[in-house]
Amino acid sequence: MTFKFKNVFINDVATVTGPFEKKGPLGKYFDKSYNDFYFGEKTFEKAETKLLQESIDLVLHKTKRDRADLFVSGDLLNQDVSSNLAALNLGIPYLGIYNACATSMEGLIIASSLIDSKKINSAICSVSSHNCTAERQFRYPVEYGGPKPKVATFTATGGASALLSNNLGKVKIESGTIGKVVDLGITDVYNMGAVMAPAAADTIYTHLKDTKRKINYYDLIVTGDLGIYGKKILQDYMKEQFDIELTKYNDCGVMLYDLKDQEVYAGGSGPVCCPLVTYSVILKRMMEGELKRVLVLSTGALHSPTLVNQKISIPAICHAVSLEVTNDIL
Amino acid sequence: MEKERYKNLVDKNIPKENVMINAIKAFLVGGVLGIIGQGLIDLYTVWFDIPTKDASPYMIITLIFVASLLTAFGVFDKLVSWANAGLLIPITGFAHAMTSAALEYKKEGLILGIGANIFKLTGSVILYGVVAAYVFGLLRFIFLGG
Repeated sequence: MTFKFKNVFINDVATVTGPFEKKGPLGKYFDKSYNDFYFGEKTFEKAETKLLQESIDLVLHKTKRDRADLFVSGDLLNQDVSSNLAALNLGIPYLGIYNACATSMEGLIIASSLIDSKKINSAICSVSSHNCTAERQFRYPVEYGGPKPKVATFTATGGASALLSNNLGKVKIESGTIGKVVDLGITDVYNMGAVMAPAAADTIYTHLKDTKRKINYYDLIVTGDLGIYGKKILQDYMKEQFDIELTKYNDCGVMLYDLKDQEVYAGGSGPVCCPLVTYSVILKRMMEGELKRVLVLSTGALHSPTLVNQKISIPAICHAVSLEVTNDIL
Repeated sequence: MEKERYKNLVDKNIPKENVMINAIKAFLVGGVLGIIGQGLIDLYTVWFDIPTKDASPYMIITLIFVASLLTAFGVFDKLVSWANAGLLIPITGFAHAMTSAALEYKKEGLILGIGANIFKLTGSVILYGVVAAYVFGLLRFIFLGG
């Protein structure tokens, strides 16, 4: 299912990160980064909320606003706690959403639909994740560590917010494709790239079919957090299944860290991984005119430790948003 | 695409784990830990003038204490990700699993936090340890008469 939007723009974005992201190759593009995992808070959950909160404050400050009509946000924790606490502080109408690491683009599609149909004028779309809260939620206690295979990914720490409105901006949200849940039977909780690649492929194919576009319409296609091996799996799968060659393609999880020097295994993951890269280096390259059309696919493994223990394979989802540089003002 | 064909496509693209190197590392690290343990027993028998049987528990307590301390300092998880089973299988791994769970849940209070979660990872070890001890004890009683 693909929607075209006529009048939705990204007015500004804000990214706040933890130490690993700061040390990575994109470190210089983030608005703010911390050197530890607590950021002056007592628990990791509060720390994650702080990152989210700061990214919201920053995006409001940058756009010289004190509020927006709607707040759409999600994270990885039970009951969406980080988003709920941020929404409490913000005090505006709020939709809490969850599609694991596909949440970021899900939020953009929801807000864009409401803005384009003139129900609202502006929205803040946010996501957050924190390496230590995610480890506890999905795996082992943080200090346990536990050996991980090479295909494992590293949950990114950060908060990312975008302010969307019908006020003309340099980058517009041109269309969005809502993905379907796909499950090809992978049960390996470490190999999320393999879990999510078929969902990404399905959404790319659907998007191209719905919009009647060829793959080379886009200057860049990025997936959220497939990691270095998931990236190869997606390229192979696209070729075999749909006979589509993915060339101008990269993965945010691969771009966010230096895979050789940083201990992040196959790359970054988590809901914030995709927007951290998109809202920093990709938007910058769009503003500078290097990229005109970008298809951003946030990929989510709808992983539940309970269901995996019950021997049920992991379903995945992927949502796509097409970003275009607005020609009128360039 | 069928699940079987997709599995092959995935397997083609993912790296092999260094099972051999991991096994050698675990063997050497675990072995060194064993030597340290024996060294401690010998030391305690000389220092405190006690029999080997009494020195063993002191050795175990020492290893548990050191492992827990390293966990608390945030060092042990880094050692584990390098040495893998070499540090996880001996008593140090048990201590590490308990301490890390306690650290993780201390913010949720003494009862519902630490109390309810300290055995989160080690609960299975205790349960099946007790069951195994019972079964082998029974077998020993039946075949060897005690």
